[in-house]
Amino acid sequence: MDPLRRSPSPCSSSRPSSPSTPPCEMLGPVGIEAVLDQLKIKAMKMGFEFNIMVVGQSGLGKSTMVNTLFKSKVWKSNPPGLGVPTPQTLQLHSVTHVIEEKGVKLKLTVTDTPGFGDQINNDKCWDPILGYINEQYERYLQEEILITRQRHIPDTRVHCCVYFVPPTGHCLRPLDIEFLQRLCQTVNVVPVIARADSLTMEEREAFRRRIQQNLRTHCIDIYPQKCFDEDINDKILNSKLRDRIPFAVVGADREHLVDGRCVLGRKTKWGIIEVENMAHCEFPLLRDLLIRSHLQDLKDITHNVHYENYRVIRLNESHLLPRGPGWVNLAPASPGQLTSPRPFKVCRGAHDDSEDEF
Amino acid sequence: MSKQQPAQFINPETPGYVGFANLPNQVHRKSVKKGFEFTLMVVGESGLGKSTLINSLFLTDLYPERVIPGAAEKIERTVQIEASTVEIEERGVKLRLTVVDTPGYGDAINCRDCFKTIISYIDEQFERYLHDESGLNRRHIVDNRVHCCFYFISPFGHGLKPLDVAFMKAIHNKVNIVPVIAKADTLTLKERERLKKRILDEIEEHNIKIYHLPDAESDEDEDFKEQTRLLKASIPFSVVGSNQLIEAKGKKVRGRLYPWGVVEVENPEHNDFLKLRTMLITHMQDLQEVTQDLHYENFRSERLKRGGRKVENEDMNKDQILLEKEAELRRMQEMIARMQAQMQLQMQGGDGDGGALGHHV
Repeated sequence: MDPLRRSPSPCSSSRPSSPSTPPCEMLGPVGIEAVLDQLKIKAMKMGFEFNIMVVGQSGLGKSTMVNTLFKSKVWKSNPPGLGVPTPQTLQLHSVTHVIEEKGVKLKLTVTDTPGFGDQINNDKCWDPILGYINEQYERYLQEEILITRQRHIPDTRVHCCVYFVPPTGHCLRPLDIEFLQRLCQTVNVVPVIARADSLTMEEREAFRRRIQQNLRTHCIDIYPQKCFDEDINDKILNSKLRDRIPFAVVGADREHLVDGRCVLGRKTKWGIIEVENMAHCEFPLLRDLLIRSHLQDLKDITHNVHYENYRVIRLNESHLLPRGPGWVNLAPASPGQLTSPRPFKVCRGAHDDSEDEF
Repeated sequence: MSKQQPAQFINPETPGYVGFANLPNQVHRKSVKKGFEFTLMVVGESGLGKSTLINSLFLTDLYPERVIPGAAEKIERTVQIEASTVEIEERGVKLRLTVVDTPGYGDAINCRDCFKTIISYIDEQFERYLHDESGLNRRHIVDNRVHCCFYFISPFGHGLKPLDVAFMKAIHNKVNIVPVIAKADTLTLKERERLKKRILDEIEEHNIKIYHLPDAESDEDEDFKEQTRLLKASIPFSVVGSNQLIEAKGKKVRGRLYPWGVVEVENPEHNDFLKLRTMLITHMQDLQEVTQDLHYENFRSERLKRGGRKVENEDMNKDQILLEKEAELRRMQEMIARMQAQMQLQMQGGDGDGGALGHHV
């Protein structure tokens, strides 16, 4: 594995609060703050894109969780017993929806990975997933190096990968560790404890502590990564989050009546588990992290760190053979997928036929 | 013949009554004195609540010094067999219970070799029993054969996993399998029904032979028949295990305390724990019988057919024997030919020396 090369975020060098630029005295209001409104209007016009991938063994509630997160039937969750056989090899399905709320449009793409970890021999089951992620980076890269680029490059890169850990109550399994180790270097990973309604509160805490310890022992750097905390506020906020990760979540897409309110939850003989109740599960924390507070941050880190790392590796290899030591095997080619990229020149002024079309 | 003896052997009230109706009582007394032995094997992925369930079933703490291995240890580990024996006594009846645990099952990334250890353990117990049975002193044979295997199915899947199917197919001819759905408190009632039906369909589809409860005899009372019918309809049992006492509705029950309610272990509306316990206890004898009459006899006939030679070389041996026999035949034929030639020489030599001279070349 190549050591992770961390390029500093380009935004940080141009911050007005950096020590090299002294603040200048203002003689009266100029109207600079209007730029925020302009940004907002532009953003609302363009809409946002968010790509999320859910990984975990079948039956851990991935589809239900996505439906609950976005409060819409993004996936028709496959109820058990409807004759859906476990696929023999890992497949990846993507589904794209445009969700709108208060004039803000979000183009959401959810990639599911049925068949992950379900076989007897799960060796290298993470390869197709890594291949898919790298393929999205490759696609963006190819668009970026064109001579006449599109104004807005369609962003299909995976911004966040939610990894569902089965609630065994003991510790991370070898499969979890292998997967997390490999994926943390390529994409933002947020592990969650799935189906947490099988653990009592004490068991949950103990499980969480053990998972955190496992992650530290194996040097797995999950989102939010410590090294990207930009200032003290970020640090405080993110430390609180890091203390609670992995979140213990429960997903539900049915509504029930509790105390006169209609809530999303699971109804059992001994009580109703409310999904949005912090006392029952930590789903609100996950939702806040992914949507309300850190969505833009996830995209930034994907663009500035993970994508840049990928780009550096690819550009370094370009004058070597296409399949150099840092190259990750892509998933087996299917008609719609990218074939092996041809070497391209680093300098953008060159007029190359190879850059015209794939 | 003393005078007291006739008094002892008076005929009881009804004529024609011999008195062997007392036999079951004698058997009962003998077996109570002897005690029972039962070996139960639990197989399933880690974290499915196997140890908790065993402790709840037998109301003991079978694993007092249990240390759950960390993630790093799990990576290097292979499947191990741990047998713990405990003697339980209830109203004078002694039960020597052995629980065979299989930590490490299903943990590795590549689980292809998961069940080799388990199968060789089962075979080893059969082998040992066979050896003891064929020995000279058969008075105190210890029966360590596995009488029943609880196979824990994860409630989080959509049915049986490929590993479940492969494992059950590998041992269904060696041991009684009782499939159990673990951690059932994570499923709503509908989900539970769906999962049970799905599992039963898959078991039938793959021709897996699980343990079937014997039907109640026609002369048993209605309650027992009803109970057996209910038990049969609930397979596979979905259970919740716990030994913690929780206060619920004014009384102390064994259960699990959640913020949204209490799951009671012994409440038949919450889970099938009581059914599983009833099944185990009322059919313990039947499980032992099936192990003895079916699985053990299968093993024994296979074993004796092989006659002490290893299975892999069986076909080779047949060919080898044929070759050896052919070689021996040839040798014998050569020997006969030589002997015949010699005899001819002798006869000719005896006929006439002159002739022999003539024949000398």
